[in-house]
Amino acid sequence: MISQDVDQFEKALLSFDRLAAENILNKSDGDRTPIQFIEELIVPALERLGTGWEEGRVALSQIYMSGRICEKLVNDILSPCVQKRTDQPRMAIGVLEDYHLLGKRIVYSALRASGFELLDYGQITVDELVRRIKEERIKVLLISVLMLPSALLVKKVREKLKETGTEVKIVVGGAPFRFDNNLWKEVEADAMGNNASEAVQIITKIMEEL
Amino acid sequence: MTPSNITSLQRVLTTLGHQEPDRIPFFLLVTMHGAKELGMSIKEYFSKAENVVEGQLRMRDKYRHDCIYAFFHAPIEMEAWGGEVIYSENGPPNSGEPLIHKFGDINNMTPPKVKDAPCLLKVLKTIEMLKNKVREEVPIIGVVISPFSLPIMQIGFDKYIELIYEQPKLFEHLMKLNELFCVEWANAQLSAGATAICYFDPVSSTTIIPRNLYLTTGFKIAKRTIAQIKGPTATHMASGRCLPIIDDIAQTGTAIICTSVIEDLAEVKSICQKKIAVLGNLNGIEMRRWTSEQAETFVKDAIAKGGPGGGYILSDNHGEIPWQVPEEVLMAISEAVHKWGQYPLDWTTIENS
Repeated sequence: MISQDVDQFEKALLSFDRLAAENILNKSDGDRTPIQFIEELIVPALERLGTGWEEGRVALSQIYMSGRICEKLVNDILSPCVQKRTDQPRMAIGVLEDYHLLGKRIVYSALRASGFELLDYGQITVDELVRRIKEERIKVLLISVLMLPSALLVKKVREKLKETGTEVKIVVGGAPFRFDNNLWKEVEADAMGNNASEAVQIITKIMEEL
Repeated sequence: MTPSNITSLQRVLTTLGHQEPDRIPFFLLVTMHGAKELGMSIKEYFSKAENVVEGQLRMRDKYRHDCIYAFFHAPIEMEAWGGEVIYSENGPPNSGEPLIHKFGDINNMTPPKVKDAPCLLKVLKTIEMLKNKVREEVPIIGVVISPFSLPIMQIGFDKYIELIYEQPKLFEHLMKLNELFCVEWANAQLSAGATAICYFDPVSSTTIIPRNLYLTTGFKIAKRTIAQIKGPTATHMASGRCLPIIDDIAQTGTAIICTSVIEDLAEVKSICQKKIAVLGNLNGIEMRRWTSEQAETFVKDAIAKGGPGGGYILSDNHGEIPWQVPEEVLMAISEAVHKWGQYPLDWTTIENS
């Protein structure tokens, strides 16, 4: 039954059918709590889309539009004060010195659609990022990049955080990391996600460890 | 043909005719390395046509590749539209804040005229000067960002996807404006002496949009636009996938398709066979830390997959070699092409057997 629901939900997302997605939610309203809806329907559907993108069957535009639908659905059913949203180490996401914001938007939506709360730093410089991490006591930082120079800047972020003794888990993603599998280690990130659903898995694991 | 009596242009034209020339042609798509060669910052380098001319000529002397690449950087088109170019010390310039803040702004936009844009005139001067130097010996590659892909910089990637799906009228209007500009810009480069135009169209890649959407958007736009460009074009997905839409791309009238390193070059070549030539697909990002031995291995592999029968130009898969790729690696790539790329490629059948 669950698998059938995920199939239908995935189909609704791929055709950008917000109403169909809402109907699946409403249909199962009595059977599932909001958290169960997220964990049993949204997260698996987004995982399938992520795998589809890896295999070349699903396009980034579909992932992005699906993420928007899911983010809105979750916002509607999961109020900001629900424990799942608040009872977690502080987390933020940003794009380093680059105006390519799509990847960040996708990961942000996927995480929020999976019940996580995080600050959105948008496009940000290394110094500003380090300052905000310290001031806002961020424990998990996601950095999205498109350009190689931006990817290399992650190492500067790490170095500056080390200088001040600030411990932060850094998770990176974006084209340069996908095209060079060793780059995330070189820049001293803690993990790299190939797509938004991998980012959700990584964050879930980190949250359990922290 | 023997190496002594064939020019780079003849070599390229032979392969585009799906015949085997003397050796695999290769395009080393270096844009910023000329600045390193001249001891300049990237910003200073791109400030004068003379610098880029000198940089491109020195790059070709050094690496013995088969084209002159007249591409400055993608945001130069945005500069013409009134946007900002943000220079970097170690990478290609970035486009600044998008020009379109809200969808309605599209109604008030007017495409720039090439003659009124000093940044574009600088590129045209570069092409003219290069043409005077290389004449018909080497193809000069001009570059346009496709009308369908330019909005990534005009409006931002996320908002652009929303525009495509949710604002069809404004999307169509923006495409009309961009097509006008793109055609004028491509033809100005051809008039200045460019041999062919590289049509950068990453949004059309199936990495970014599904094929069914491509067929109603990027495909039609490419067909209309390329038909008005008065010279040959190469369609470049800038590292994105092209395999599921190769037959469609071939119908847009383009002569070459660039494939990504995430696709199997042999499979791409087999689908393209005799219909369209293939460019690619060395991994430019990973290239930064290749050893000379690795460079040789990757070049050999690409030649073995793409080379037989012609219709293939060896290149990176993004259309721009990153600043961080060392000279030694570029030299190793060049040496490997010259060593292993001589036709007939008998060694490929020996190794396969």
